[in-house]
Amino acid sequence: MYLSEQTRQKIMELRDRYPARLAAVLPVLHLVYDEFGYLGTDQLDEAADALGISRLDMNETASFYTLFPKHKVGKYLIQVCDNISCALRGADNLVSYLESKLGIKVGGTTPDGLFTLWTVECLGSCGTAPMMQVNDKYYERLTREKVDKLLEAWRNSK
Amino acid sequence: MTNKILFKYIDHPDQDKIATYIENGGYLALRKALKEFKPEELVELIKKSGLRGRGGAGFPTGLKWSFLPKNMNKPIYLIINADESEPGTFKDRQLMEYNPHQLLEGTIIAAYAIKCHLVFIYIRGEFAYCAQQISRAIQEASSHGFVGKNILGSGFDLDIHIYRGGGAYIYGEETSLMESIEGRRALSRQKPPFPAIEGLWACPTIINNVETISNIPHIINNGAEWFASIGMAKSVGTKIYCLSGHVKRPGNYELPMGVSLRELIYEYGGGIIDDYALKAVIPGGSSVPILRADEIDVKMDFESLAEKGSMLGSAGVIVMHDGTCMVAALQKLVKFYEHESCGKCSPCREGTNWMNKILKRMLAGEGRPEDVDLLYDVASNIIGNTVCPLGDAAAMPVMSFIRKFRDEFDNICGGGKPYGTISFPFR
Repeated sequence: MYLSEQTRQKIMELRDRYPARLAAVLPVLHLVYDEFGYLGTDQLDEAADALGISRLDMNETASFYTLFPKHKVGKYLIQVCDNISCALRGADNLVSYLESKLGIKVGGTTPDGLFTLWTVECLGSCGTAPMMQVNDKYYERLTREKVDKLLEAWRNSK
Repeated sequence: MTNKILFKYIDHPDQDKIATYIENGGYLALRKALKEFKPEELVELIKKSGLRGRGGAGFPTGLKWSFLPKNMNKPIYLIINADESEPGTFKDRQLMEYNPHQLLEGTIIAAYAIKCHLVFIYIRGEFAYCAQQISRAIQEASSHGFVGKNILGSGFDLDIHIYRGGGAYIYGEETSLMESIEGRRALSRQKPPFPAIEGLWACPTIINNVETISNIPHIINNGAEWFASIGMAKSVGTKIYCLSGHVKRPGNYELPMGVSLRELIYEYGGGIIDDYALKAVIPGGSSVPILRADEIDVKMDFESLAEKGSMLGSAGVIVMHDGTCMVAALQKLVKFYEHESCGKCSPCREGTNWMNKILKRMLAGEGRPEDVDLLYDVASNIIGNTVCPLGDAAAMPVMSFIRKFRDEFDNICGGGKPYGTISFPFR
């Protein structure tokens, strides 16, 4: 048993919420992600059983969406937009700066499991670039000073 | 400057709370719509107002609504497309964060007009705060009797679901969005049938953008003629222009349709940063053809930009100064489309991958002189050959960048040093 009783209960409530049961798949993916921070195959299988759909249907849809990590990531998942508008405001060098501060490359996780660094596509924050999303929250108009302060605060929160 | 409509209360900190929203005239339009109008009359009113879709295509909203079949025994669905993800576009996010009730009021009126009793507000997955704001707004509205059973005693029932996406650009495209709600991989559907005839679960479905729907309460309050009198002849109302890139004051600017691009960049945006000269502007989000610095004396509306060979699209205005390498800038756009292609149609799936490979080769200094034509050729074989517009969206920037900045591509492929960079300082 991977899913908590609470998540399982929420999934059951979604069974008949929409005109068709499959419509609950994406909401269920959010529930699993909220509990674990990633979508593991075991969790997805359990979620499919709880929702009453085939495991194949659940996995087929889950594998399409890039919002959810499929493996365990750091406590703080740092996602930097490096698309055009952010790039014009220094996103590529923000990425290099984070790499050097964290001692990891894009895609990597720090050995203490605290930080994972990803680059992602446009997050709809082009007017406040450069920016990063950390877990659910946006950090915008970033400077070196702001990044230093944020990293320090997160390191101290261990 | 003309009065703002959608952003009128942008500086009021509590505009997102229902009490302030009502204090500022909120939900009067809903009362008026339910009391004074039959649904069909509202469709006519919106038609008369000239309101056109703000998601990118500019299709007349009232006309779209009128395509719904009459006297059908199937439920009608309304989907609010809040999956804003076109690079350079960030208006819907601000509209939802600062004024969720404006969107909600428009949504309830729109649902009443098209006789829909179940709405999905589809918010892109990354916009967690928007989802919180809208969710709270729905609760507030329900407790005031604006959502739910027998709204304001009119006999009209409406449920609204918030539906959060999973991080894919493709479901901004309406048929993919419906696949996504139905619980499948968001692959686009062939049209026809159009969603108004056969959409969500094969039922008649209307899909409208956040900015479009946010305009509805104001049209009810002030009339169709008032709305039609703002802006240009065919592109009416205001438009939220998203200004980003190398301008001094990036941000969202609500201005009448047809403001000049030069004015937008130099007056509202404050001009180009660090005393550079302007090199190029993408006027309508990453997928529309680029304009050179000598082409910015153009009005920002659907018709005027089409005449210049570009598009208003989502009005995401991306400004680049003359220190920018156009080959590197294009690669940023192309890698986006490669990542976001859903994989259904081979021209888009394979073509975006090849275009990115060719561009990366060029940037690594390994481009061959014939690669410029090759890149153009790949793009021209994607455009028009895919089920949904993502293929066109990927091809248009490539073709226009090469047409307008060919010398930069030839130079890099001939072994020359790039004319600029995309690696700008982070301080």
